[in-house]
Amino acid sequence: MQYPDVSSQIAKQHGLTPEEFEQICNTLGRTPSYVELGLYSVMWSEHCSYKNSILELKRLPRKGDRVVVEAGEENAGLIDIGEGLAVCFKIESHNHPSAIEPFQGATTGVGGILRDIFSMGARPIAALNSLRFGSLDHPRTARLLEGVVRGIAHYGNCFGVPTVAGEIYFDPSYTENPLVNAMAVGIVPINKVIKAAAHGPGNPVFVVGASTGRDGIHGATFASEDLSESSKEKRPSVQIGDPFKEKLLLEATLELAETDALIGIQDMGAAGIACSCSETSARAGTGIEIDVNKVSRRENGMNAYEICLSESQERMLVILKKGHEQKAIDIFEKWDLHADEIGMVTDSKRYVIFEDGAQVAVVPSDHLVLGGGAPQNKREYSRPAELDTLLQFDPTHLPEQPDWTTVLEKLLASPNISSRRHVFEQYDHTIGAATQQGGGRSDAGVVRVPGTRKALALSVDCNSRYVSIDPRRGAQLAVFEGARNVACAGAVPVGITNCLNFANPMKPENYYFFHESISGMSDACTALNIPVTGGNVSFYNESHAGPVRPTPVIGMVGVLEDIDHAVTIGFKDEGDFVALLGDIGPDLGASEYLSVIHGVVAGAPPKLDMDAHTRLIRLLPELAARGLLKSAHDISEGGLAGTVAESCIAGNTGVILTFPGKGRAVDTLFAESAGCVVVSVDHQSWPMFKQLCHEFGVLVQMLGRVGGELIAINDWITLPVSFAEDIYESALPRLLKSKQPVTGQTAN
Amino acid sequence: MSIAVITFPGSNCDRDCVHVLRDVVGAPVKAIFHKETSLDGVTGVVVPGGFSYGDYLRAGALAKVSPIMGALKRFADGGGPVLGICNGFQILCESGLLPGALILNSKLQFISRWVEMRVENAQTLFTDAMWQGQIVRMPMAHAEGCFVAEPEVIAALERNRQVVFRYVAPIRDDAPNGNPNGSTNAIAGIINERGNVLGLMPHPDRSAEEFLGSSDGLTIFRSFAEAALGASRILHQP
Repeated sequence: MQYPDVSSQIAKQHGLTPEEFEQICNTLGRTPSYVELGLYSVMWSEHCSYKNSILELKRLPRKGDRVVVEAGEENAGLIDIGEGLAVCFKIESHNHPSAIEPFQGATTGVGGILRDIFSMGARPIAALNSLRFGSLDHPRTARLLEGVVRGIAHYGNCFGVPTVAGEIYFDPSYTENPLVNAMAVGIVPINKVIKAAAHGPGNPVFVVGASTGRDGIHGATFASEDLSESSKEKRPSVQIGDPFKEKLLLEATLELAETDALIGIQDMGAAGIACSCSETSARAGTGIEIDVNKVSRRENGMNAYEICLSESQERMLVILKKGHEQKAIDIFEKWDLHADEIGMVTDSKRYVIFEDGAQVAVVPSDHLVLGGGAPQNKREYSRPAELDTLLQFDPTHLPEQPDWTTVLEKLLASPNISSRRHVFEQYDHTIGAATQQGGGRSDAGVVRVPGTRKALALSVDCNSRYVSIDPRRGAQLAVFEGARNVACAGAVPVGITNCLNFANPMKPENYYFFHESISGMSDACTALNIPVTGGNVSFYNESHAGPVRPTPVIGMVGVLEDIDHAVTIGFKDEGDFVALLGDIGPDLGASEYLSVIHGVVAGAPPKLDMDAHTRLIRLLPELAARGLLKSAHDISEGGLAGTVAESCIAGNTGVILTFPGKGRAVDTLFAESAGCVVVSVDHQSWPMFKQLCHEFGVLVQMLGRVGGELIAINDWITLPVSFAEDIYESALPRLLKSKQPVTGQTAN
Repeated sequence: MSIAVITFPGSNCDRDCVHVLRDVVGAPVKAIFHKETSLDGVTGVVVPGGFSYGDYLRAGALAKVSPIMGALKRFADGGGPVLGICNGFQILCESGLLPGALILNSKLQFISRWVEMRVENAQTLFTDAMWQGQIVRMPMAHAEGCFVAEPEVIAALERNRQVVFRYVAPIRDDAPNGNPNGSTNAIAGIINERGNVLGLMPHPDRSAEEFLGSSDGLTIFRSFAEAALGASRILHQP
């Protein structure tokens, strides 16, 4: 095989800086071969190496009593939930592929994160997603959204995992660069966890699953640069997903975990064979030797460079115990999966690649990987000057609308608030016979842990407007919103995974948001005493139109000891008391109200008293466990009025609230004050409920009662529930339909 | 004696059906892989939902030539009770154990939502604990659930009371007459002429415990298990 000679010019085309290239030459003591250069270019890409984020990420709290596997140790974090079980969860982005090819970009995003979970031996029991698109006025947006949603549905539904929760926001900054973040959650017996390590020199190494094609070569590098007009030329960098094959891989993997033939598994996502071989051997402190001629290929004429860098989906690297291979091969045959023995574990600490009998790469495994030789850069950051102007914006100077009912109607029709039924009815959310639906929808997706009475409450959250104005506070608020959502469902938050979507890290003004967000996340996790178990960083989310709003998405996991304690958002019975936990303040800054009614995105995000908020997070699961809550729904976009309307719509009942207002009506109704929850309580439970709130030091204010057919809030708002529901349910389909060109693709 | 739940490659509701039968109904149950060719000792069969063979070619079209299908046909021809859910219904239609076919939903997309159905025949072995006209609630989740057949086949199904479940009640405005997928006569589930093979698109396996939002599906599983095993073989009645 003839390869081009390597020069610093070629290294530059591979995305390596002159300093990085020099470091590689120094370590190897020679110029790298072309195949070696390919390995370095993907392994030292931002996507695989986290080179511009790892020093910041190390500031996040990773420890905790329940932590089984810490961030960075394996492909996903693990948290002990009792009864010998651990929850395994992670979130990942697939932004750039989805911008170019929304359907395939989203499918492979879901497929990749599911592989991360089951390659650790965990059976996926839930999926979530967090999506950001541009304004619906832009013609691209509807097409992107429909494609992404169909892609997520196609993969998750066929694979057989319930998609239980998610979020979608629209903001012009995402027009060219949408965000598609997918989260998966699985359960594994702690003694059955599979390691992603290539232990035991002499043990054979297999590639199992799909054959290797040219799709996705340099996908990792593609994810590590800004989107541009020429990005469409990178369409071959977008991979194609096959959920059916992945389902077979899942079953075979979990069957394999029951045998004594298995040493380790790593899924092949970004950078395929290059990444999985180097990481598994580096993790075990061993070496690995492979022969690319033994890898089944989809196309003729593929060379070692292409085979190692291919990102063909639905492949796993499997290391077996020598002499026990047959047991594994029988399992692969049972599931009609192709398996190639491509090499073996060695004690050389080197990653050696053979092609046509010749060595085409000899690299120290450890030198390629994060935590080993991969670069760790400290990046400059500087505070953008315009933040001061944004923060100083004072909403009290705006003219007040006289008609609060009309304001509520407008907010319920806002694409950021309105019902997501059009989307979630395309996702199978009931498969697994475990998704809690009795009583309706919760603030978080609630799924029973199979074989137990326990349940997980799951949510994904980030308000990027907050982060774009005050990143530290914004990130704190994102963590607390996640905690509040799972707590409203009755769960104790136990850990988070994060998907950090930011712009080009080389620009100090962008990096400021990243740095501050890490600080904010760290503050909040420390206050709540929960760890970050891992996640994903996605930089370069910007286009010629500028950067996206910084979007550190928080994937939160909470645990309920008994699924029957789960709390839903809908008001239940006439006569139930409605109360507010927490305190609403003048927090209109960066609110949906300002955006929808005044067309302004400015002002300081809601204030956050982390101590008081933490007490609220502790109180809610306690109230739920004692059966004192008939419903709970937190205040977020849309304020108290929006929250109350949603609880009415979900419960198909009205409410009569009469309470003394503090401050301005507009704040009380529409401020997005942090740490506020609207609950309903059976009047007989009221004394006990109030008592417990006092014990936890959480403010309670009586608002009124459930009943009637109107959303009635003081003399401010009177709106029939059926009318509100109509507005809420019809908004998104109407907005999408009016923009949607006819397309042929249908998901299955 | 036990109930078999068949696993095809791509089945993804097999574990849910095993769970309901074993943990909720309390019946002896075994998972049968599609490469097996015998159903010896089996007195009832569930063909579960999912995407057998990835729905490649056509939903259920490849599963019908799986090795286990010969045994399943003999079992059904011998009068053994067979319950096909979602993709299982599609497989039963493809293999000729039930008439008609399931084609792409009229909305041309996957639909996942709760539906209400009216029990049109409460005298089958699957529905004998329900009553005629009872409204039951179950989730549906499919892309190809629009039931179609030749007009004379539909007429015969109606005449023979082989339509067991029919979608009812408007859920939302975009589902006229409560028919979510455009099925002929809003048919949600049918039984064969002999009365031992039932297929339905909505999921009784996902509505067998209260916390899921309904336990209507449990009634079907319990009746089916009693018919398959005899009431004495059911270990506990929760």
